[in-house]
Amino acid sequence: MTTSPQTDASLDAGTVKLHADRITVKFGGLVAVNDVSFTIPGQSVVSLIGPNGAGKTTFFNVLTGLYRATSGRVVLGETDITNLVPHRIAALGMARTFQNIRLFGLMTAEENVKVAMHSKLHSGPFHTIVRTPRQRREERKAQEMARELLEFVGIGKVANEYARNLSYGDQRRLEVARALALEPSILLLDEPTAGMNPQESGRFTQFVHRVRDEKDLSVLLIEHDMSVVMQVSDRITVLDRGEKIAEGSPDDIRSDTRVIEAYLGKSGRDKTT
Amino acid sequence: MVSDVPSRARRMPGLAIPHRMRWPLGYTAAAVLVFLAYYYVIPNLGAGGQTFFRNWLPLTSINEALVWVICALGLNIVVGYAGLLDLGFVAFWALGGYTAGWLMSGFFHQVKIHIFGGATATVPGIHISFWLVLLIGAGFCALWGVIIGAPTLRLKSDYLALVTLGFGEIIPQVFTNGDNIGGFNLTNGSKGITPVDPIGIGSTRLGPFDLVWKYLIFVLIAAVVVFITLRLRDGRLGRAWLAIREDELAASMMGVPLMRTKLSAYAVGAVAGGLAGVAFATHVGGVLPDRFNFSISITLLAMVVLGGMGNVWGVMLGALVLAWVNSTGLPQFGSSFNEEFGTNINFPSYNFLLFGGILVLMMLFRREGILPESRTRLVLHEPSRTDMESLGADMEAPAPELDESASLKTAIAEGPVIADETGTGTGMGEKV
Repeated sequence: MTTSPQTDASLDAGTVKLHADRITVKFGGLVAVNDVSFTIPGQSVVSLIGPNGAGKTTFFNVLTGLYRATSGRVVLGETDITNLVPHRIAALGMARTFQNIRLFGLMTAEENVKVAMHSKLHSGPFHTIVRTPRQRREERKAQEMARELLEFVGIGKVANEYARNLSYGDQRRLEVARALALEPSILLLDEPTAGMNPQESGRFTQFVHRVRDEKDLSVLLIEHDMSVVMQVSDRITVLDRGEKIAEGSPDDIRSDTRVIEAYLGKSGRDKTT
Repeated sequence: MVSDVPSRARRMPGLAIPHRMRWPLGYTAAAVLVFLAYYYVIPNLGAGGQTFFRNWLPLTSINEALVWVICALGLNIVVGYAGLLDLGFVAFWALGGYTAGWLMSGFFHQVKIHIFGGATATVPGIHISFWLVLLIGAGFCALWGVIIGAPTLRLKSDYLALVTLGFGEIIPQVFTNGDNIGGFNLTNGSKGITPVDPIGIGSTRLGPFDLVWKYLIFVLIAAVVVFITLRLRDGRLGRAWLAIREDELAASMMGVPLMRTKLSAYAVGAVAGGLAGVAFATHVGGVLPDRFNFSISITLLAMVVLGGMGNVWGVMLGALVLAWVNSTGLPQFGSSFNEEFGTNINFPSYNFLLFGGILVLMMLFRREGILPESRTRLVLHEPSRTDMESLGADMEAPAPELDESASLKTAIAEGPVIADETGTGTGMGEKV
C-alpha cells in the first residue's frame, strides 16, 4: 500500500485525477444530465449534491461506464475512458460502492475483496489448475492484501463470514474494502451514510479522510446528509435538473444564493409533490 | 458472532495438508473398492450373488453412470458456479461423441490415418488413439463452447436458457441430417457412426468385455474433471464465476470482464461435455444421433439440481443415482414388479414421470439438493442478516470488537474517533 504524508488537501494539491468534459446524457427526450463539466483534483473529497432527480446517479453511472454519455468526454488520469466498458474503467482505477449494497452475498468477505483484484491478478486457468509457484505466490499476496484491506476498514474479524451474514454497517465497510482492492485513484461512494445514525456518520467523515490520505486517492461522494457533506468535502458540485448550478468550497456553497434557492427551496417542494 | 461461524466456512491452515488430501484419498479408496469388488469378489460369489449383481448393478451401468458424472460436472460449472442456465448441454456431449466417431473409426474411408490407433494399420479411416482423441474432443468442444457462447451469452437468465435450448436442438439435428452436406457425408445421418475403435492401452486393446478397465479409465477421467473443477473454483477464475452468479453488475464494476468470464465457464464446462462424449462413444462402441436428444439436457440438469448445485460431490452423487435409476434400477424394478404381480407395465417409459416427481419433491422439501454446497444451504434455510434486521431483529448484540476493548467504548463515548474498530487508525492510538 502506498502511504503518503498527511497533506492538507486543498484544491491545488496534486494533479487533476478525473476530468469530465461537457457531459450530456439523454434518455429518449429526457435530458438527465445537461452539459456538465467537472474536475476531481488529486487527493481530495468532492461531493455531488442536488435534489432527487438532479442527475447525480446518472452522472455516476456515466463515469463508471454503465451508461454511455450522449456527448462529452471523461478522462481518468491520462486515459480517455468515455467509451470503455465498465470492467476496463474499473481496472484503470475507478472504484465504486452502491447506494443499495451490492455485495457477493454467498462469498466470504475475503473472497469479495479478492474478486475486485481480478484485474490485478494474472494467473490463467493453466496456472490455477497446476498451481504453479507463480500462481501460489500471487494467491498468497492477494490473501495478504485482502486481509490488510479488511483490517483497514475495520472488519478483519469477519473475513471468513459470508457477506450476506454481515451486519449492515460491516456490509458498508466491506463494500469500501472491495472497492479499495482495485487500487483506485478515484473512489465513488454512492450515498454511503444511508442508514447510519449521526454518530456513525461522524465517524464516517473521518474514515473518508483517512482513506483519502492513506490510500492516496480522491473521493467522489453522492450524499444527502448535508452535515456530512459540509464536513467531509474539499469541494462541492451542485446539480439541479441535470445542470450544474454551483461549484466551490463548502463555505461558498453554503452562502450561494442560487443553491439555497434552487436546492433547498426545491427540496422543500419535493416533499409535497 | 465469531463463535457461530460454521466451521466449513473457515480455512484451517494447521490442517492444510490432510484437508487437501482428503478427497483424492477418499475418491481413490472408493474407486479401488469398486474395482476390487468387480475384479475379485463378485466373480467368486455364488450363483445367486452373481445374478443379483448382474441384474441390479452390472458394471456397464456403473460405467455409463460415470459418463453422466463427467458431463454433469461440466454442466455444474456453467449452472452451479457461473449461474448460467443452460438447457442445451447435450450439444457438447454430442460434439464430443462425434469427434470420437470421426477420429476413431473407419467412417472416413477416403483416407487412411493411423496415430497409435486401435485398429490394424491396413484398415482405411482415421484411427487415432483414444487418449489423443480425449484431448482433441475436449479442445474441439471448448472451441464450440466459445462459438455457441459468444452470441448467446449476451443474453440474460430466461433468454439465455431459451437460446441454449435452441442450440441443444440444432446440433443434434445437424448430426441427424448431416449425411449430405453439399454431397459430403459428414455424420452418416440417423444411422450414426459405428463401430468406434476400442480403447488402446499400450499394445492391448480393450474388448467389449473388458468393462473393469473401462471403469478405471472413466473413473480417472471423472477424477481429472473433479480436480480441474476444484482447482479452478479456488482461484481467480472461480471467484469471478461466483461473483457473476451473485451479482453480475457489481462484478463488472469490480473489474471482472463479464463476457470473457462467462465464455470461460462455457468452455471449461464444454471440455467436460466433450470428454463425456468421447468416453460415451467408446462405452457404447459408436455414436447415434438419437442418443443426443433434449431429454438428455434435462436429465443432466436434474442431476445437478438433485445432487446439489455447485458441489461437485453432490453433482456426482446425483448423476450416479439418476443414471443408475434410468439405465438399470427402473427397468429391473419394473421386470421384478411385473413378474411378481403378473402385470405388464412398461416401467422404463415412466422414467420422466419419476424424475419429475423427484424434482417436485426435492423442491418442496430439500431445495438445495442431496449434498448441497454450504453456501446454497445458507440461502434456502437461513434468512440473511440484513433481512432479519429489516424485520426488526437485533443482531447487533455482542459486537465482539467492542466487547474486547473497554477503552474503545469510552473512546467512542467521548466523541467520534477515526476507525475505532481497526486499532490502526490515528485516533485509536491517541486514546489508548
